[in-house]
Amino acid sequence: MKESLRQSMASLHTWTGLLLGWLLFMMFVSGTAAYFQEEITQWMQPEAAGQASPEQATQAAVAWLEKEAPDASTWFITPPGKRSATTQVFWVPAERKPGMRRGDTSAVLDSSGKLTDIRDTRGGFFLYRLHFDLHYLPVIWARYLVGVAAMFMLIAILSGIITHKKIFIDFFLLRFGKGQRSWLDSHNVSAVLALPFHLMITYTGLVTLATLYMPFGIAANYANPDKFFEAVFPDREAMERSGQPAPLASIDPMMRAASADWGGKAVGFIRIVNPGDRNASVTLTRAPSEAIGSRGETLAFDGATGKRLGASSPKGGATATESVMIGLHSGRFANMALRWLYFLSGLFGTAMVGTGLILWTAKRRQRLPDPARPYLGFRIVERLNIAVISGFPAGIASYFLANRLLPLTMASRAEWEVHTLFLTWGAVLLWAVLRPARRGWVEGLAIAALMYAAVPVVNAATTARGLIPSIARGDWLFITFDLTMLVLAALFAFAALRVLRHVPKAAGSRRASGSAAVMA
Amino acid sequence: MAGHTDTKRIGNAWGIAARVLAAVPLNYALTTAITACLARFLPMDPAQASTASTLASFAVFACLALICFSVRSVPRLWGGIVAAILAFGGLAWVSIIAGGRL
Repeated sequence: MKESLRQSMASLHTWTGLLLGWLLFMMFVSGTAAYFQEEITQWMQPEAAGQASPEQATQAAVAWLEKEAPDASTWFITPPGKRSATTQVFWVPAERKPGMRRGDTSAVLDSSGKLTDIRDTRGGFFLYRLHFDLHYLPVIWARYLVGVAAMFMLIAILSGIITHKKIFIDFFLLRFGKGQRSWLDSHNVSAVLALPFHLMITYTGLVTLATLYMPFGIAANYANPDKFFEAVFPDREAMERSGQPAPLASIDPMMRAASADWGGKAVGFIRIVNPGDRNASVTLTRAPSEAIGSRGETLAFDGATGKRLGASSPKGGATATESVMIGLHSGRFANMALRWLYFLSGLFGTAMVGTGLILWTAKRRQRLPDPARPYLGFRIVERLNIAVISGFPAGIASYFLANRLLPLTMASRAEWEVHTLFLTWGAVLLWAVLRPARRGWVEGLAIAALMYAAVPVVNAATTARGLIPSIARGDWLFITFDLTMLVLAALFAFAALRVLRHVPKAAGSRRASGSAAVMA
Repeated sequence: MAGHTDTKRIGNAWGIAARVLAAVPLNYALTTAITACLARFLPMDPAQASTASTLASFAVFACLALICFSVRSVPRLWGGIVAAILAFGGLAWVSIIAGGRL
């Protein structure tokens, strides 16, 4: 009875893990990278440097918006913070013209409120959005797909736990060079060691888009979902424009007042409704880096008089729980040490999915009737494994390379950086399909290693912020980025060498050790 | 393609298809009904009850999916799920009809 439950959970684990495993691998890689999205953006904007005062930068951004977008219905300003040097502004025009693009209503400003001459790039933000919006397909489909993948992941984790007899022993068991047994061990170690993280990240990931996936909790109580959002976030109600012009009061004192209110926590986000009107209002939101909860406290001011309108923080235990769950997922509150721990845990998750995918083929390879000519399903899984596990990371390296190599004045430059990622990925996929599987692995991993190794070299050749000048300057962000690229290159090179030197045992000799195959 | 050990418990292709149907669409319907009931009956204000039930819904779905692949008899699995959908769905429906929505 017990044994057969374990077997059925093992099959459930195998098939839920496999079916969307490649998408999950991509989500783990891009999500892990996104923990450093601000740092990646800084690296991808080598022209921007130095620190700025958030208050001065915001005031300067307001001056810029007054000139460039005076009739907008709302302005949004993200002032520079601990991890970024630029000010992001975004506005909602009074009327939306057809054919309007993202770049038409947003800008990156420096601390004096001038348009930066920074190269056109989506930076680390792209990797963050890729994690749940994917690319080249409508965002809403992408989010449903990602949600299904996350639920598969949750079920795979739970059934994986039930499958295990000796979860504690797996902590200490890692046998190298034993073929399938080693893949199983490394899958177990990467899964078990960071198990609390995997469970947390999967569940909270679902929560970030919860009302999209399960809208009926709200629908059961509210005929109109807007009523629900008004009840939970009371500061959302918008004032009508009066039509009487009035200059906007100074933002600087509002930011200081808000920060003082929140015990010194910084302002992370500023929303200005009806700018330049008598009915203008300014809403400040606490910076996400200052506390775990993602739904920060807000403080509103009358935009024309600068008078305080009222403070609000989301109310209620469930809302607070949701806010902390989302905050835990995105990790914006984390300091550098914790951020690296997030990054490492993400790598463990990536390894768990990657080794699980490889384990599927390792386990079936011995049972193949003719190892030289595997059946179609086996070949598809094998080739997709090569293409995704070596190809997607290679694509990210090429994204960084394109950032340095594409001409600065190129039209749609930021978009072409992104296309480069997918072109590289597609090329590795094609390569994996055309080459014999083992050669495909060696070459795919070697391509990834070469591309990561090339990043610091190309950076040194194309900017004045290469590894050696950065060390001389003590520019830790650039030093760490380049070193991380070299470590990744070394990891991929090591993996390529291991596959190259691996001597497969004769097919028949493995049958005897079949007792290891608990996970059918 | 599944290993030979699978068939003993989970069943043949039809059995697997029936379990997948139970574990995905039927499970989603049942999770919806349970979430709606929680949102209606949790002793907190409506916005908080809606949020809390939504947060819990993913755990409900995942556990039900595991049950769909561990129960021995497929007919009993389907019977149980359909009965639960009717019960929870009916309860939520009556509550909405009687109490109204905001």
